Amino acid sequence: MRKLKEFIIEKLIFISGLASIFFVVLIFLFLTKEGLAVFKYASPVDFLTGKSWYPISEPAQLGILPLIFGSLMVTLGAAIISIPIGVACAVYIAEIAPLRIKEVLKAGIELLAAIPSVVLGFIGMVTLVPWVKTVFHLPTGLTALSGSIILAFMAMPTIVSIAEDALYSVPKSYKEGAFALGATHWQTIYRVLLPAASSGIVAAVMLGIGRVIGETMAVMMITGNAAVIPQNILVPVRTLTATIAAEMGEAVVGSEHYFALFAIGIVLFIISFIINVSADLFLHKRH
Amino acid sequence: MFKRLLLVLIGFLFTISVFAAKDDNSIQIKGSDTMVNLGQAWAEKYMEENPEDFVAVTGGGSGTGLSSLISGSCDIAMSSRNIKDKEIALAKQKGINPFEIRIALDGLAVVTSPANPVGKLTLEQLAGIFTGRISNWKEVGGKDERIVILSREVNSGTHVYFKEHVLRNNNTNGKEEFAPSALMLSSSQAIADEVAANPSAIGYYGMGYISSKQKTIAVARDDKAEYVEPSIENVLSGKYPISRPLFLYTNDQPQGLIKKFVDYALSKEGQDIVVKTDFVPVKK
Repeated sequence: MRKLKEFIIEKLIFISGLASIFFVVLIFLFLTKEGLAVFKYASPVDFLTGKSWYPISEPAQLGILPLIFGSLMVTLGAAIISIPIGVACAVYIAEIAPLRIKEVLKAGIELLAAIPSVVLGFIGMVTLVPWVKTVFHLPTGLTALSGSIILAFMAMPTIVSIAEDALYSVPKSYKEGAFALGATHWQTIYRVLLPAASSGIVAAVMLGIGRVIGETMAVMMITGNAAVIPQNILVPVRTLTATIAAEMGEAVVGSEHYFALFAIGIVLFIISFIINVSADLFLHKRH
Repeated sequence: MFKRLLLVLIGFLFTISVFAAKDDNSIQIKGSDTMVNLGQAWAEKYMEENPEDFVAVTGGGSGTGLSSLISGSCDIAMSSRNIKDKEIALAKQKGINPFEIRIALDGLAVVTSPANPVGKLTLEQLAGIFTGRISNWKEVGGKDERIVILSREVNSGTHVYFKEHVLRNNNTNGKEEFAPSALMLSSSQAIADEVAANPSAIGYYGMGYISSKQKTIAVARDDKAEYVEPSIENVLSGKYPISRPLFLYTNDQPQGLIKKFVDYALSKEGQDIVVKTDFVPVKK
């Protein structure tokens, strides 16, 4: 009886373990099947480098280059803002902050991670967007920059908590050794701890960026969604994710528009897959 | 722990079964965001009078409504545009026969901020602005400022209607498109908010969204014609050039409960609700 119970539970856990892989494979197969069909209507080169996105025109123009650039622009902006602040925050929490402040900061960061993206988007729309418009004297505040700032807030919790973990797991002897050699606290952080934790910090940054590039709701609300190739960060952009979200409802099932949206899904899947795998490689290098 | 899990599971199953049990007294209505308030208002009044029936109204866009009708997941689709040939073909494949009912009219208002001095435009100028040919307000008698074009997303019937009737001036072979620099906003309310806050923006939406925070533009068919404000009288008399019919689509001629609801919407009472939600009735 006990053996049987053991056996059943073991198998159940085994199945649960395989379930996630099973789902990923299914999703990937479905995505590929639906997405590759778009190449009946547009060649891969036209699809990836076309500059016009007019999916419901006759004939449809399915060029996603402006969307790719839109996503990259917003992500780059968010990375530039969130990486220095996030890493500095992690250093402060791991090394400098007294226990009580540390607790408060960690709770605050967890709270930041818990805010739904639509709420951040909404707050951005009513506060940040008018601010960006007046500060930079723009015709509209719905720009890549607004999106980057809000997304930086979303990437920060991931970056801080993983980078902080990495800093913690640097052996104590490194720090003691540096002090013994007469290094100041800042020199120790800068020359010893950060390099020692670098693979973990890079992984943190990668995962943060992965979150940013997949984010949909907030960018859809505040980046303006104009499908033009951005010349700078102060113009409206349209991201890959926002395009799928905004247009999926209308796309007639089985039309070239529908397939094109799935193909955008493949592009996004590949981008985040690369980011996650490289984050993983960096994480494992540490051990 | 197990008990709690079990409870949650039972609750979950119960919810599913409630949703899955197809109630014979319920109607699912889905579609155009423009019409969602109208649909809700009909549903409320209708349910007050027929407490035993249940009407659920959801939005999502005309295309969403029509594709739900085609897939059989709603009974009535609300649409602010005609059904496309492609959609009819798809419906026929699935054994659905879309039936069209003209239920109301809607004037599309072109709006700017009250701070913008421009108050009237011709259709030609509007087409120029929204396709990007005219990019500065001073070309149409305003200040020397870049025009910020606001449009709805492509899943909106309003977007499609505006493109076909203003940008392409009803020419079905037209190739005009919204300027790539046009901002695509996800709702009419978002356009209303941005127009209110931005003196160099111009946008369009159904008459129902007009408020004192935006200024409506008087529109003329050409520069010799009269400039007309979007109002119920002007849409009814046909003077206002950008107005469109609103439709309900059902599978085949409506019958039973669905017929009862459609008849209600077309009745004197139903059409009064049309006026109250700032649309224009088809029957006086």
